[in-house]
Amino acid sequence: MVEPLIANPTTVPKIKLEGVSYAYGEHQALKDVTLDIPERAVTSFFGPAQSGKTTLLRLINRLNDAVDGTRMSGTILLGGEDIYAPHIHVATLRRRVGMVFALPLPLPGTIRDNVVYGPRLAGIRDRQSLDELVVQSLQRAALWDEVKDRLDTPASQLSGGQQQRLCIARSLALEPEVLLLDEPTSGLDPVSTSLVEQSLIELKQRYTIIIVPHNIQQAARISDYTAFFMLGELVEHGPASQVFTAPQDHRTEEYITGRFG
Amino acid sequence: MAQRSLEKIGYALMTLVAIAVVVPILGVVAIIVAQGLPALSWGFLSEMPYDGMKAGGIFPAIIGTLLLTLGTAVAAIPVGVAGAVYLAEYAHDTALTRAVRLAIVNLAGIPSVVYGLFGLGMFVLFLGLGTSVVAGSLTLGIMTLPVVISTAEEALRAVPREYRTVSASLGGTKWQGIRNIILPQATPGIITGVILGLLRAAGETAPILFTVAAFYLPSLPKSPMDQVMTLPYHLYVVSTQVPGMPEEIQYGTALVLMALVLSMNTAATLVRSYYRRRRTW
Repeated sequence: MVEPLIANPTTVPKIKLEGVSYAYGEHQALKDVTLDIPERAVTSFFGPAQSGKTTLLRLINRLNDAVDGTRMSGTILLGGEDIYAPHIHVATLRRRVGMVFALPLPLPGTIRDNVVYGPRLAGIRDRQSLDELVVQSLQRAALWDEVKDRLDTPASQLSGGQQQRLCIARSLALEPEVLLLDEPTSGLDPVSTSLVEQSLIELKQRYTIIIVPHNIQQAARISDYTAFFMLGELVEHGPASQVFTAPQDHRTEEYITGRFG
Repeated sequence: MAQRSLEKIGYALMTLVAIAVVVPILGVVAIIVAQGLPALSWGFLSEMPYDGMKAGGIFPAIIGTLLLTLGTAVAAIPVGVAGAVYLAEYAHDTALTRAVRLAIVNLAGIPSVVYGLFGLGMFVLFLGLGTSVVAGSLTLGIMTLPVVISTAEEALRAVPREYRTVSASLGGTKWQGIRNIILPQATPGIITGVILGLLRAAGETAPILFTVAAFYLPSLPKSPMDQVMTLPYHLYVVSTQVPGMPEEIQYGTALVLMALVLSMNTAATLVRSYYRRRRTW
C-alpha cells in the first residue's frame, strides 16, 4: 500500500506553537513562530544553518531549559496543555516527547540496557514488561531482526546505522506521543538512511513526528507537512507537496531550487 | 645541518634529565631495600615490639596505618565525590562557587603540620574526640579532600556532555543521569584521585602527630576512639627518639611502609583498569 503524501488535513493539531521567540543572550534564535503540528504525521522543519529549526525542536521537549542566559516567550501547547506551565514535571514531559539526535550515542552497556533505560527510570521494574518493551521497540525501529540474537552485547559494537535505530528504539520504549528527530541520518550511509526513513513512515501511524531533515530531498521524501525557517523566522508552512512544488514565498523557492544555503 | 645537530643535542639533554629524575628514586629504593631486607621476617611483621621497641615487630604500627587509611577513605570519599558532583554538575558560575574553588586550591597548599594543629583544635579538643583513630581519620580526610575533589571533578567533566542530554531526553532527572551514567563512567578517574590522596595520607606524620599517633602501645586498639601506632610516626620514633636503636629496625620499618603504599597503589590501579575497560568512550 502506498502512503498518501498528504495526511488528512482536518487532523487535530498535536502541538500548537503560539508566538514562540527565543534568544541566546543577544542572539535572537527564533522570532515569533506560530505553527500547528498535526497528529500522526511527519512534519519537517527545514532551512539554512542558523535558521532556528534545531532550537525550536529542542524547545518542544524543554532540552534548552538547562542552557544559561536564554530567554523564551510565547506558548507551546502539547495536546492543549502548556508545557512551560509551572506544574509541568520536565522528566514526565520528556517521556511524552522523545528525541533522537544527529549523532547516535548509545549509553554505556548492552543493547537491552539502552532500550530499558527510559522505562526503568520511569519506574517499570517488571522483567516481563521490560522484555516486551525491548521486542516491541526494536521491531518498530526496524532493528529487531538484526539484533535479536545479541541483545546482551555492548551497544557500542553496532554499526552507525544500527546505533541510530537503537536510539530511535530507546525513545520509542517510553511510548511517547511525539518523536523529535534532529538530522537523524546525517552520519549514516544511504542504506541505513533509507532504513531509518522507512521506519519513520511506519511510525507515523502511531506517533506525531517532527524531523529536522538531513537535506531537502529527505524532507520531500518523508514529510506530510513542512515548515521553512530562515534566520529564526517561520517563512512558510503547509502540506509538503504544496510547499515543495509551489512555494508561496520567493525565499522558499530560492532555497529549494538551490540559489542559496 | 646545524639545526639537525642542535636537535640531537637537545634530545640528548632531555634524555639525561629524564634519567636524572629516575636516579634518586632508584637510589632511595635500593638503599631501603638493601638495608631493610635483613630485618624482614614473619616475626617483624606480626609481633608486638618489646624491649623499648629495640626488639620485636611493628605489627601494631602496620595495623594502625591500615586503620587510619581506611578511616581517611571513609571520611574523604563521600564528601569529596559529593563536592565534585556539585561543582561539576550543579554549580553555576557564581561568587559562591568561585570562593569554593579558591578554597579548594588553597587547602591543597596548606602545610600538613597545620592540618595537624587544626585537627587537634577541632576534633581532639573542641569536638571532644580525644586523640583517636576517628580524630586522625577526619584530619587526614580533610587534608585529602582537595585532591579527591579536583580529580573527581575533572573525571566528571571528561564524560561527554551528550550523555547528560541523552539521559534527560529519555525522561531521566538530572540526578538519575548522574547516578546511572555519569558517575559510573567517571569512576576510573575518581579512583585515581582517591588513590593519590590516600597514598599521601598513609605516609603523613605531621597531621597524626597530635591527633592519633602513639609513641608506644602495649596492645592493639579496641575501638575507633583509641590511639594507634602508625608506620610513619613509628619510623620517626625509632629513628630519632630512642637511643641505641638497631639500624635495621629503622630501615625495616621504612621498607614496610614503602611496600604497603606500593601495594595499595597497585591494588587501586587494578581496580581502576577494571573500570576503565567497562568504559564506552
